[in-house]
Amino acid sequence: MSPEPALIQLSGISRVYGSGDAEVRALDGVDMEIAAGEFVAIMGPSGSGKSTAMNILGCLDAPTQGAYQFMGVEVGGLSRDQRALIRRNYIGFVFQGYNLLARTSALDNVELPLIYKGIARAERRALALDALAKVGLQDRAHHDPSELSGGQQQRVAIARAIVGQPAVIMADEPTGNLDTARSREIMELLTAFNVEDGMTIVMVTHEPDMAEYAHRLIHFIDGRIASDGDPKQVN
Amino acid sequence: MLWEPIRLAVQAIFRNALRSFLTILGVVIGVAAVIAMVTVGQGSKDQVTQDVAKLGTNLLVVRPGQPQQGPGSSGGTSAAFDMRDVEAIQTQVPGVRAAAPANTRTMTAILGSRNHTTSVIGTDSRYLETRDMPVVQGRPFYESELRSGSAVCLLGQTIVRELFNGGDPLGQDIRLKTISCRVIGVMEEQGVSSFGTDQDDFVLIPIKTFQRRVAGNSDIVLIYVAVQSGVSTESAKANIESLMRERRRISPTEEDDFNVFDMKQIASVLTGITGVLTGLLSAVAAVSLLVGGIGIMNIMLVSVTERTREIGIRLAVGAQEGQVMLQFLVEAIVLSLFGGLIGILLGLALAAVGANLLRVPFSPDPLIILMAFGFSAAVGVVFGYFPARRAARMNPIDALRHQ
Repeated sequence: MSPEPALIQLSGISRVYGSGDAEVRALDGVDMEIAAGEFVAIMGPSGSGKSTAMNILGCLDAPTQGAYQFMGVEVGGLSRDQRALIRRNYIGFVFQGYNLLARTSALDNVELPLIYKGIARAERRALALDALAKVGLQDRAHHDPSELSGGQQQRVAIARAIVGQPAVIMADEPTGNLDTARSREIMELLTAFNVEDGMTIVMVTHEPDMAEYAHRLIHFIDGRIASDGDPKQVN
Repeated sequence: MLWEPIRLAVQAIFRNALRSFLTILGVVIGVAAVIAMVTVGQGSKDQVTQDVAKLGTNLLVVRPGQPQQGPGSSGGTSAAFDMRDVEAIQTQVPGVRAAAPANTRTMTAILGSRNHTTSVIGTDSRYLETRDMPVVQGRPFYESELRSGSAVCLLGQTIVRELFNGGDPLGQDIRLKTISCRVIGVMEEQGVSSFGTDQDDFVLIPIKTFQRRVAGNSDIVLIYVAVQSGVSTESAKANIESLMRERRRISPTEEDDFNVFDMKQIASVLTGITGVLTGLLSAVAAVSLLVGGIGIMNIMLVSVTERTREIGIRLAVGAQEGQVMLQFLVEAIVLSLFGGLIGILLGLALAAVGANLLRVPFSPDPLIILMAFGFSAAVGVVFGYFPARRAARMNPIDALRHQ
């Protein structure tokens, strides 16, 4: 054990939706620890709680019970605006449906997180172009999402996720809408950011092939962790 | 630092060009319609008030015949007045500035090969005083001409145009039926009243000339009485009535066989009519405002899904609730201001054109402009801002998944 706290530490996390008879326990007492620099894949059947876990890890959602420490800070006690600050400064998101702003150029989309970081316009521009170059789309900077293929859109989304140099990238089924070749491109990009930039990556996926890019695979079933280990052994 | 949100808002406005255009259109229609209609309505009202003032709000018209009839009704069988009645009103009724006879007949005025049908009014110099109508060229009647019934006349501007083609009529003779009249003066232009009556289409001749050579009797069928300013027309009217009852020997049990009509009554009727018209126009304008408002509302509500997802994205990348709301508020304000400005300019332009076409004064009312603008802007801001506020308070995940 290193003396530094783990990047992410969950203990006894539960997330309950609804109440009474309609109560759904999406997460049920999850303990988990993710160290800086890891590449973690999360798998599980639908309804197993893997997306809920990802939302809580990404500070998009708050747990009903339990303690979540992000970089040593207890997230459970934070306000919405304080969680927004954590997302702004330490977390980059990649979604299955890309979630780019429509009718907005790739460059402007990538700049978006930097606006909220209060970075001046010229610097924003430079950083965003740099991020687009890292995903190989510098020549598509002024294209709207509607003019880009699915794989390109997801690469713009990855550029948006990494432009602020976050500690961790949360990727929720990043290859869910893509064919195998495109999927592999995305996974290779994520791997590169993990290896070269030391970014921690947490990725939810339902494709075992994609999970194999990770160094660690956590399996969820019925809101609990069923297994946690090397993806090659688990599969 | 409000500059950045404004820049972002302008960017967002152009990004959603169609939505922005429709929103602006709603504001523009609402604001422009209200301003145009109310301004033109107000202009018509002012015009009527001016016309009525020209007619003379301190003017009484005395005619033979039963009361309760308008100034245009005929004298019926009641006895006409004569010049002594006019003099009596002039000298015996307190507060009378001028009393003038005004017998009128429609006749054809002829000059050479030109002719024009007009109103020939037999009167005297005090008529000019009762109607506030100065002679702009030549001179008024001389006392001697009035006494002797000379064949001289004063012309309205329309006659000068029709018979003399705008040339100098002074000293020329025109023919009215069998009378040859020397033109001694031209009256000031009065213009067209808001009801389309040409107020310059008349020939004035001395009352004695009219009685002798046109009517063939010494009757007076109409007396204009101008009341001094500061004196109430009501008291002058009452005094004239009692004087005339006395002069015409009407016993206390009999009704008047003449009537005194106060032009103020016309004024109030006319102002009432234009008031109703302005009210109607305003109602139509209010409907336009409402339609514009509903347009804004629709487009804002229809785009809620897309906006909600956008807000979800912004929240996910680290925007705080307040930042998102500020951005949408600024966007709504910028849109409304922009639409409002276009609407005000368009409305004023339409009103100016309308006022010109209808020949009414162009009198924009800042209060109405402000109200129309305020309403549309409020609709734009409320329906732009509140859905955004709701979205900004949602869980980012729910906002992202919003269908």
